[in-house]
Amino acid sequence: MKVQDIYEKKQGEKLFLLGNEAAVRGALEAGISFASTYPGTPSSEIGNVLARIAHQVGVYFEFSVNEKVALEVSAAAAAAGLRSFVFMKHVGLNVAADAFMSTAYTGVRGGMIILSADDPSMHSSQNEQDNRIMAQLAGVPVLEPSNPQEMKDFMIYGINISEQLKIPVMIRTTTRVSHMRGIVELGPIKPGEKEGFFKKEEPGFTIAPAFARKMRQELIKKLNQLEVIGNTSQLNKVVRKNNKNKVGIITSGVSYNYVLDTVNKYSLPVNILKLGFCYPFPRELMKNFIANLDKIIVIEEVEPFLEKEVLTIIGQEGWQKKVYGKLDHTLPHIYEYNPDIIEQGLTQVLKVEVAEKNPGIDFSGLTPPMRPPVLCPGCPHRSTIYAIKKAVQGLKIKKENIIYSNDIGCYTLAMQPPYYMADYGICMGSSIGIASGMSKATRQKIVALIGDSTFFHAGIPPLINAVHQKANIMVVILDNEVTAMTGGQPNPGILTDRGGEKSTVVSIEELSRAAGAGYVKTIDPGDLDNSVETFKEGLQYEGVSVIISRSPCIMFVKREKERLTYQINQDKCTRCLICLRQFNCPAIFQREDGSIDINYLLCTDCGYCVQVCPQKAIEVKK
Amino acid sequence: MSYKKSYQIYIIGVGGQGTIKTATIIGEAAMAQGLNVVMSEVHGMAQRGGTVVTELKIGKGLSPLNENYSADLILAFEPSELLRTITVIGKNTNIIASCSAIIPFTVSLGISKYPDINQIIERLGKKVNNLHLIDAERIAKEAGNIITANIVILGAALATPQFPVKKDLIIESLKQNLPARSIDMNIKALEMGYQEYSNILN
Repeated sequence: MKVQDIYEKKQGEKLFLLGNEAAVRGALEAGISFASTYPGTPSSEIGNVLARIAHQVGVYFEFSVNEKVALEVSAAAAAAGLRSFVFMKHVGLNVAADAFMSTAYTGVRGGMIILSADDPSMHSSQNEQDNRIMAQLAGVPVLEPSNPQEMKDFMIYGINISEQLKIPVMIRTTTRVSHMRGIVELGPIKPGEKEGFFKKEEPGFTIAPAFARKMRQELIKKLNQLEVIGNTSQLNKVVRKNNKNKVGIITSGVSYNYVLDTVNKYSLPVNILKLGFCYPFPRELMKNFIANLDKIIVIEEVEPFLEKEVLTIIGQEGWQKKVYGKLDHTLPHIYEYNPDIIEQGLTQVLKVEVAEKNPGIDFSGLTPPMRPPVLCPGCPHRSTIYAIKKAVQGLKIKKENIIYSNDIGCYTLAMQPPYYMADYGICMGSSIGIASGMSKATRQKIVALIGDSTFFHAGIPPLINAVHQKANIMVVILDNEVTAMTGGQPNPGILTDRGGEKSTVVSIEELSRAAGAGYVKTIDPGDLDNSVETFKEGLQYEGVSVIISRSPCIMFVKREKERLTYQINQDKCTRCLICLRQFNCPAIFQREDGSIDINYLLCTDCGYCVQVCPQKAIEVKK
Repeated sequence: MSYKKSYQIYIIGVGGQGTIKTATIIGEAAMAQGLNVVMSEVHGMAQRGGTVVTELKIGKGLSPLNENYSADLILAFEPSELLRTITVIGKNTNIIASCSAIIPFTVSLGISKYPDINQIIERLGKKVNNLHLIDAERIAKEAGNIITANIVILGAALATPQFPVKKDLIIESLKQNLPARSIDMNIKALEMGYQEYSNILN
């Protein structure tokens, strides 16, 4: 499939789409003309696709500086009457939470979809967080697709109810839906409004207390209306009806797939209610479904969100029914589900015999080698963190006296051996805030490591704070001129070209000086000696020092000229293993005879290792 | 196809070996053949040199994730990764693995060991009926470039008797999913892999 197929294919045609790609097609079929995001797994591919096609399909799309701004720009577009779409990973909604809560109050004029891609099992995240609860907190309706077809279809449904009720709508996905590929039958593309107009009429969009009180009343009214819609919505359906059997399953999202596969596999005679429009809870529908059942099994990912509502209904009705799910430990409360977890849970409750299929393979004593993600060969970050280590050693600062506060990005991988340079790292921008506080709480030396995109995203206010509070820290901004970990998106430090319209580049150096940092220097991590000397200066500076280590990411920057290739001079090599065990480039390896060699399949010819070798044994290949 | 006949594929490799691409080629070809197909991929942090698993279900299933001990086909682009597939291997699973090791940095640091591949094969051989190791890197080099090793393995998979998707549709899908200049080389790699496995079967 080519990316153009997403907008060129016509109604009735089929594509094998990733959930995230289906969301893009859904946006086009929903008449959305404005979209924004800050990249984050598992939502990133939506932005990657939109960035490539937005100009051709007449959609305004931006990678915003962070999720809060992304939500605000899309909310503004919706207030101006356009249909808008903002998407982010689950923890992105924490950054956007302030704007999210208030947008529920102000409401929208054009339809607005807020897509939250949750990451159960934390494949690429710091926590597992069920954003249906964030939506409930805000008072925002939630749609939960189970597969790519629904991802596309729910975009259209969502935009319609959003516009009808003048409220933003959340689409909550999980990793296995965002990253599921399936056959999607396409509908017609609906061209969106090209230009909006913000009408100054009541109610406005300023939530001063007097207005907020009215908006709160309105919000509750809207939620009541939405509940009525949910009770008969086509997204909520009884997919299996079995009047004789008193067991029923209520499920949503990706879990529905596991449920149906298991029920089909064992021909289980159960009732199934699938909820695609799960908040506000369709209470009437749920009540009617439960009424004649004895046992209800609730199957959903992350939190017992629907399960607690089922218990509430049963309590209000004064019924005696048994509810199985997370709360009674029939199903696990942590990590994502899979077919086997659901099979085990269902067969246990329904007392079905399961045939033993385990062939009994004995792998005892054999374990696969650990393969943690690793900084790529040729990554400039490796040279930066190596130079910091050298500077710390050069100044004879003891290991226990230096704290590395790290951040969210590829350089988080410095947490691993042999570097161990991530003592603290909790969220976007935290490296500088944590460093600022640590500097006030202890007399230890503190180094904050943060990337370019993360600095723009959430690193500037804590830098101002550190300067203002007279913290004594070294901030290292690892600027690889791209948002690398999520797949190479732009950020405000990079010149981008949107159909001839060039972006304005924002300078990290000027921002740092404007924040008041007394020592600001830029280095090329390719120059090891200069980098080490600069870090020594930065570490000894009294106050806030900012060192910008700038070199492009090896993955996303095209090589302009032929590079030299390198080899190990075995006569000079003393097998000190510094290149392997301290610098730790994955392209360098030790042969069984003990000699050191380069794996040319992995080597990127960056040449960083040449300066690392004390024997000068890594040479240009002639 | 009834539910019980749905065909489950489990593809495992190391970041950069083309596991997602291989699965996408199979999935689009299955769709072109009129079969239902679902697939699960892994993106993000794991791609940086970590283990990458991609799963497919062709036939009636809604979930792409393979059930315990129920994979019909396992493609392992790196032999030690077979150890991570133990939960999906059944007695009749067809297993095709590349014999070329990729040794992670944890081994050079001495915090992890690379297992004995012969042991893995021997223990597996005791319990499963269809296990084949292929020198995919050598064949890929012969086809033109070592990076086509995943396509060599895919070619071998096509030669397994139960594989549900037709070869010509796989080739068509391959053309749609790989860069134009590499198509000839990849088709060659596919055919060589197909031949290699056919020879083993005969």
